Amino acid sequence: MSDLLYMVLVAPFKDMAGAPAFLVEVLIGGVFAGLMYSLVALGFVLIYKASGVFNFAQGVMVLFAALTLVGLLERGAPVVVALALTVAVMVGLAYAIERVVLRPLVNQPQIILFMATIGLNFFLEGFGEMAWGANVKKLDIGIPDRSFIVRGVQINELELTAAVTAAVLVTLLALFFQTTRIGRALRAVADDHEAALSIGIPLKTIWVVVWSVAGVVAIVAGLMWGAKSGVQFSLSLIALKALPVLILGGFESVPGAIVGGLIIGVGEKLGEVYWGPLVGGAIENWFAYVLALAFLLVRPQGLFGEKIIERV
Amino acid sequence: MIYREAGQFKTSYASDQAVFPIVQDRVFVLAAVVAAFVVPPLIAGDYWLQAILIPFLIYALAAIGLNLLTGYAGQLSLGTGGFMAVGAYSAFKLTTAFPQLSIIAVFLLSGLAAAAIGLLFGIPSLRIKGFYLAVATLAAQFFLIWLFNKVAWFTNYASSGTITAPDRTVLGVTVTGPNAPAAARYVMALAFVAVFALVAKNLVRGRIGRSWMAIRDRDIAAEIIGVRPLRTKLLAFGISSFYCGVAGAELVFLYLGSAETLAFDINQSFLVLFMVIIGGLGSILGSWLGAAFIILLPIFLTRLPHSLGLTMSVALQKQIELMIFGGLILFFLIVEPHGLARLWQIGKEKLRLWPFPH
Repeated sequence: MSDLLYMVLVAPFKDMAGAPAFLVEVLIGGVFAGLMYSLVALGFVLIYKASGVFNFAQGVMVLFAALTLVGLLERGAPVVVALALTVAVMVGLAYAIERVVLRPLVNQPQIILFMATIGLNFFLEGFGEMAWGANVKKLDIGIPDRSFIVRGVQINELELTAAVTAAVLVTLLALFFQTTRIGRALRAVADDHEAALSIGIPLKTIWVVVWSVAGVVAIVAGLMWGAKSGVQFSLSLIALKALPVLILGGFESVPGAIVGGLIIGVGEKLGEVYWGPLVGGAIENWFAYVLALAFLLVRPQGLFGEKIIERV
Repeated sequence: MIYREAGQFKTSYASDQAVFPIVQDRVFVLAAVVAAFVVPPLIAGDYWLQAILIPFLIYALAAIGLNLLTGYAGQLSLGTGGFMAVGAYSAFKLTTAFPQLSIIAVFLLSGLAAAAIGLLFGIPSLRIKGFYLAVATLAAQFFLIWLFNKVAWFTNYASSGTITAPDRTVLGVTVTGPNAPAAARYVMALAFVAVFALVAKNLVRGRIGRSWMAIRDRDIAAEIIGVRPLRTKLLAFGISSFYCGVAGAELVFLYLGSAETLAFDINQSFLVLFMVIIGGLGSILGSWLGAAFIILLPIFLTRLPHSLGLTMSVALQKQIELMIFGGLILFFLIVEPHGLARLWQIGKEKLRLWPFPH
């Protein structure tokens, strides 16, 4: 018994103190992975804030964006043109979703909308693979996947780029929300649908805008994940990685998505490296969920979610 | 003309509260159940029984279970696959450890095991609500699957990591394992789902079901009028997991024959949730309709191009199937968000007035 307690409570920390450079490496790996999760979680948050839809299809949107981009690049389009065309495709997709799915389902319970996005998930998966082929594709964006060493700590160039991109994207989004006219309207809609409608904010336009923004976020996420691990079907499964980030940070909070991503990324890496071997490894599938669940039991609305006020 | 209740007076409280208050309904359902027991084993071929009817019955049971939790008690759960896995693995462990134990008892006990696990993972529902809870139940899904994959004890240290249904008999007839005739497995699955559907129907119209619906509709108000949220929510998780556990055990023992954890992955959870929502939340009949729809649709879609005389590559066909599947789900949600059960109800109302609608 005391052996077990020692293995769980003492030995991992001894390992950490014994090899600080390795610990820093693990931590940095966790931060990078976390930022990648945040990129996907951001798309969820944007849509949930503005339309109250829990968009399960965000993962497939990432896949679809990456597939489109790679498909265009393969057909010889210059990078800038391919990016512009992909953005256009995602905006078109947002428009189609608003017209075909969201508008007829206005005022339905959230679970129906959630199911609709799962239906959308299947549809986009089939459509994307039919249009661009199902084989694994390499996405080369000109950043080499190599590492350099700073004071004995390995840093991967690609992951660093992804982290910087995520930071830039979040800053841009924050500016967009805080300063532009559409951003203000988005925040108003997020606050209160009906009040926003009554002062003349066109809800339908806002939905198209917000799904487009989520589509652009999906392109960035697809770019980063695709460069890291190739563009293939499994890319859509990162949605399942983003869900614990989402509940940890709170569905309505952009900073929550970032902080949640960092906590999950770091926690997951630490758990995997230091505690994983105790139970035979491969814990990354569920560890994030259990971590998020533990946080939820203390704060049921997530770290940054809006306080749940209950009335009769 | 045929379907109307004129002249059928309810003279007692019991007859007013009957499951099927109209004579025609009673006769029809009774005849349907008897026919379901007698006709398919006699005339249906192995393909029909094995590919369509048996999975339909098993998934109907799982869908009823999830409908109790999500449709009646309002707790969204994505852990169905995990709970089904608990049922399947505990049935396997029980029947290999105690070969003389009746397989019916094994199924019921494995349902109880699943119920215990369901209670455990239902505890967070007291604090966590809505989509936060849905994601939290995913923790159950991933953790349980990982556990069954990792701990070799659950598969009796089989090197392949699969569990295989051994031969077991009921009243001298082999009902599980590779030697069981499809008809016997069909009757077994039908008997289980018929009994449990009746139990579910009676649960939801009694005190328990009403407290579930009170919690679903507004939990604070329910608490104020004296419904205890702890007991009610946990009971919903427990009973729902019991149903899913039995369905999971049946899935391996009556349908697949052998399985690994892949058979209970997250897609299984979504599949059952689809059945519940397409069929109709908060409707036992809806669970049947939803299960039939979701089981039949892929079979229909696979055969469609062939019967139209089209030839296409397997990959393309798979992709088109996915698109049509997703598209049809969207279509049904938009046309009738209350599910197939609501369509059925509308049809019945129309039938009462037919052929003179005014």
